[in-house]
Amino acid sequence: MVESAAQHPNLRTIMTTITFLLPGKTFPQHATKEPAWVRRTLIGLALVFLTLFLFIPLVSVFYEAFKKGAEVYVAAITDPDAVSAIKLTLLVAVIAVPLNLVFGIAAAWAIAKFEFRGKNLLITMIDLPFSVSPVVSGLIYVLVFGLQGWLGPWLAEHDIKIIFAVPGIVLATMFVTVPFIARELIPLMQAQGTEEEEAAVVLGASGWQTFYHVTLPNIKWGLLYGAILCNARAMGEFGAVSVVSGHIRGSTNTLPLHVEILYNEYNFAAAFAVASLLALLALVTLALKTLIEFRNQQHQKQRGIE
Amino acid sequence: MRYFQLNRFKQYSILPGFNLALGFTLLYLSLIVLIPLSAAFIRTAELTWPEFWSIVTTPRVLASYRLTFGASFAAATINAFFGLLVAWVLVRYHFPGKKIVDALVDLPFALPTAVAGIALTALYAGNGWIGQFLEPLGIKVAFTPLGIFVALTFIGLPFVVRTVQPVLEDIEAELEEAAATLGANRWQTFTRVIFPALYPALMTGFALAFARAIGEYGSVIFIAGNMPMISEITPLLIITKLEQYDYAGATALSVVMLVISFILLLIINLLQWWNRRRSTLT
Repeated sequence: MVESAAQHPNLRTIMTTITFLLPGKTFPQHATKEPAWVRRTLIGLALVFLTLFLFIPLVSVFYEAFKKGAEVYVAAITDPDAVSAIKLTLLVAVIAVPLNLVFGIAAAWAIAKFEFRGKNLLITMIDLPFSVSPVVSGLIYVLVFGLQGWLGPWLAEHDIKIIFAVPGIVLATMFVTVPFIARELIPLMQAQGTEEEEAAVVLGASGWQTFYHVTLPNIKWGLLYGAILCNARAMGEFGAVSVVSGHIRGSTNTLPLHVEILYNEYNFAAAFAVASLLALLALVTLALKTLIEFRNQQHQKQRGIE
Repeated sequence: MRYFQLNRFKQYSILPGFNLALGFTLLYLSLIVLIPLSAAFIRTAELTWPEFWSIVTTPRVLASYRLTFGASFAAATINAFFGLLVAWVLVRYHFPGKKIVDALVDLPFALPTAVAGIALTALYAGNGWIGQFLEPLGIKVAFTPLGIFVALTFIGLPFVVRTVQPVLEDIEAELEEAAATLGANRWQTFTRVIFPALYPALMTGFALAFARAIGEYGSVIFIAGNMPMISEITPLLIITKLEQYDYAGATALSVVMLVISFILLLIINLLQWWNRRRSTLT
């Protein structure tokens, strides 16, 4: 349409006349765009920075993992200590993620669907673990459950081990991942308002029915999004877990801690082989995350058309 | 009767489950977050003030603060600059592979810090892919404070990009067109119109990257070299004290770090409030 109008002889004449009447004035088509050389330089600079700081480190993990051949790689990840580290990492995630999921839903239900005093303070408290150093996150559990800690003597008397054992690792992981699902759900449920739930309750639905049939379908993608990010952090946490684990090979060693042990033994090929599993987890996490974001965009577009 | 009751704490709603949801939230938060965090403060209160002060101001500890803050500040500054650039390129321009680049920006969030640490160390060591080019120039990165800066830049990278990106997307084209109509060139439009609108988001991203860098441990310890007084960060010092069974020392240091984190959290909340107010005004 536009092109044919520009080619229209009369219009061309008019434009030429204007240009003639206002010498020195040009009509740039892209007054709000940068010249091509600026654009290319900026794209180039950004890509060089990202290549140096992101892509090369990522590629190097896989390169170092396979440098000594596939056999060394397979041997490293099928080593009994590595297998037990994989199992422990999965176990920790299987406990920590669902608990934080329940917490996230409860917190978001209270915060997004009701008005009460101190709400902002509660939101800030949920965000607290994000701003605490991982090392401090681990240390505080030692102060509560360790031998010198508040519950230490009582736990020792009853022969319960939490620090330097699996429960400590699970607790420290739960601490660092508390905010993930809640902070994903709170803005989502706030944006959705309360009308749909109120309608369901007025029509006689019970609280659980309302949640299951009305709220849950609305938040399921946000829930999944939060759970994926929570899982990545739960499986990859290093600092907090390192403080409470005790680094006992084959029993309290998670995958990131196993990477550290192998690396400190100068067993680089094996360290990078195990690290490549975690890097793969990160890539899968990013792919799923992008997929959900893409789906949400399409969904919003569709709603816009309707 | 209930319907007319004025509840001072909570506004009336016909939706059920408030008590259960809030009760569970508070119980869980207390058990997992608040009580353990309070342990650090209560245990430190057992020390007298001079004892506490002497622990947290020894020369080795002061050196670790200087390093942690200096490297975090430098890394956050670099991230503010390049984060703005990356956000700009991702929002305004088209190039092949843009979607993949956009997705990979979040890699530092998803990649375990220990993996980042060993990968960066291997790259920047004297015989590494990048280190081999820097070493002849006399630049040593791995096992020096410069290495800490590199690791902190890596882990802070997504913060600025992800806070600036949505704000940049929301800037209306009309504003820039108006500026161009009024005779502003592109650089003037950027510095006078676009940058002021982005500034609160940029500061928020900077503060988030800085706060994250202060507490970072996993990615740093591999590349740092961990020499006392030279390349030893504060979180590592806490671990060292813990391994020597110096619980009082470790706890005192972690209280210092917690107080700093809380102050930063407050600043970030204020910045975000500023950011929201800015975006609702325009």
